[in-house]
Amino acid sequence: MLLDMVMLATGMRESFRELLVSRGFDIRLAPKGTLPFDTDATIPSVGAVTAVLRSNPDIREISPVLGASIHIPIGPRDVSATILGIDPTVQGDYEFLSGRDVTTPDAMVANDSLIKRLHARIGDTLSVATGYDPQTRTYSGQRKLVLTGRARFIYGAAEQLAAAVQRATLEEMEGAARRDRASLFMVRVRKGADPDRVRDWIETYIPTVSAISVATAIAQVDQRLSYFRQLAIILGSVSLLVGFLLVTTLVTVSVNERAGEIAVMRAIGVSRTHVVQQIVAEGVVISIVGAVLGLGLGLVTARYLNGILSTFPGLPMAIDFFLFQPVAAWSALGLLAVSGIAAGIYPAWRAASLPISETLRREAIA
Amino acid sequence: MSEPTATQEVHVDRVLVSLRDVHRDYPLGDERVHALQGVTLDVERGDYVAIVGPSGCGKSTLLNLIGVIDQPTSGTVEIGGKRVDQMSDWEATSFRLRNIGFVFQRFYLMPILSALENVALPMAEAGFPKEEQRMRAAELLEYVGLSSRERHRPSQLSGGEQQRVAIARALANRPSLLLADEPTGELDAHTGAEIISLFQRLNRDGASIVVVTHDEELASAAQRKIHMRDGRIVDGAAHP
Repeated sequence: MLLDMVMLATGMRESFRELLVSRGFDIRLAPKGTLPFDTDATIPSVGAVTAVLRSNPDIREISPVLGASIHIPIGPRDVSATILGIDPTVQGDYEFLSGRDVTTPDAMVANDSLIKRLHARIGDTLSVATGYDPQTRTYSGQRKLVLTGRARFIYGAAEQLAAAVQRATLEEMEGAARRDRASLFMVRVRKGADPDRVRDWIETYIPTVSAISVATAIAQVDQRLSYFRQLAIILGSVSLLVGFLLVTTLVTVSVNERAGEIAVMRAIGVSRTHVVQQIVAEGVVISIVGAVLGLGLGLVTARYLNGILSTFPGLPMAIDFFLFQPVAAWSALGLLAVSGIAAGIYPAWRAASLPISETLRREAIA
Repeated sequence: MSEPTATQEVHVDRVLVSLRDVHRDYPLGDERVHALQGVTLDVERGDYVAIVGPSGCGKSTLLNLIGVIDQPTSGTVEIGGKRVDQMSDWEATSFRLRNIGFVFQRFYLMPILSALENVALPMAEAGFPKEEQRMRAAELLEYVGLSSRERHRPSQLSGGEQQRVAIARALANRPSLLLADEPTGELDAHTGAEIISLFQRLNRDGASIVVVTHDEELASAAQRKIHMRDGRIVDGAAHP
């Protein structure tokens, strides 16, 4: 449990950080006041914004993303999904798995959940619409797209249905209202440049956007996850305390059972220091053995709980609540070793303070 | 005060244990139990002394005082000419380690250690090199007739064998005095007789032994028998 709590305390933050840096983008731009991501809100004048961004020599790559909803009629059913309009050469939203990427205007990649829901295969042509009126059962912004490949959407929630096309294709399907607009910009800065300085620069020169760097995003996540961390600290402390009391009890019982043995050791000349060392070592050994056995159990539990928690709606599937890191295992092991030493102190003191002659007399009577 | 005569000096040199007017009281509830009441006793080097008497007469208390695991309420205890009745715990522990060997009714061997390791334990505590520990422990096990059982753990040994390992352990640091509290108490008659024979052999080889016992055979094997009753020596205090 202690390992799980240490993993929980640091896991989400680290997992979120890894998610943000996984594609190498340092700054995200969204319409002012809509962070983290809202497919309805857009940044106007993509060309103009891009031009301003390009004027900063610290900015290396710019990836505008347009988000929308799509509807795909399959027989009498309507399957709706999220779609992203991207530039395939600089996109940071999905990991391309197989087939062909969106290199032509009529190409579409989709995740496995959507492909499965559509019962489609790579190469199928699908009728995709950006609007659907359930009253009249009519579609708008309809276009024939070819399913050319499979992709894993990095920021997608579990079971979320998602697809991607070229941004120009999506703009065209959405009509005039969303032309030259983006839901999000992802920006990669030059190596050695300070992302936070670039972020400040962007907010100064493009007042219609909110810019957020990885560091700022993590700070915000930290703030929002403080409840999880507090919970982890409380439960971790409780498990450590329970472990401490358990080891203290075990070692104390063991000392009481071996009182005669300990008194004889003292009688034949074993020093108090060595008695204390031996009893404390017993506490540490019990704790370490417990820790090693608990490690496997903790990992299995963490995996099970992670499986449940990662299906929370709206959370990116790639986020792990319990992230195994060697440092977490070492921290748990270190805490248990310290707890084992502390747990051995009381019984060790009892053992070292046993009056030899009285203990031997008691043992003889017993 | 007159200078000691040559005869007196020889006597003082021969005395290993000397108790003078020793009292030991224990609190028991609101009362005090007078376990020893003015015991005066000398044990000479090479003596084999048996202390006998009814239960509760103070035999074990006397043995504990001689073994420096207890301190008298009043009186003096000297071993090898050194006052041991007011030693600190550290001094007493160190003194016991190097000068006194203990054998108990229950053998109290370390269950996780082999016979050889049990015998080597006091030597390890005294800081002897490992090889020396091993060699001496093996010699001692051979002396007590257990050379073939070196690697056996206590649970694999009979009661008599365990007691012989305990005797070997008591001899590990070449103590000047061997103390035994009911060493045959948990053994059958045949095994007890083996232990009595071993004590006699040890004494013949020069060991000074004080044994507390109810066992008539063990007491009869000693050179000197001290009778106690109600915390006092009633017979045998004077050296024959």
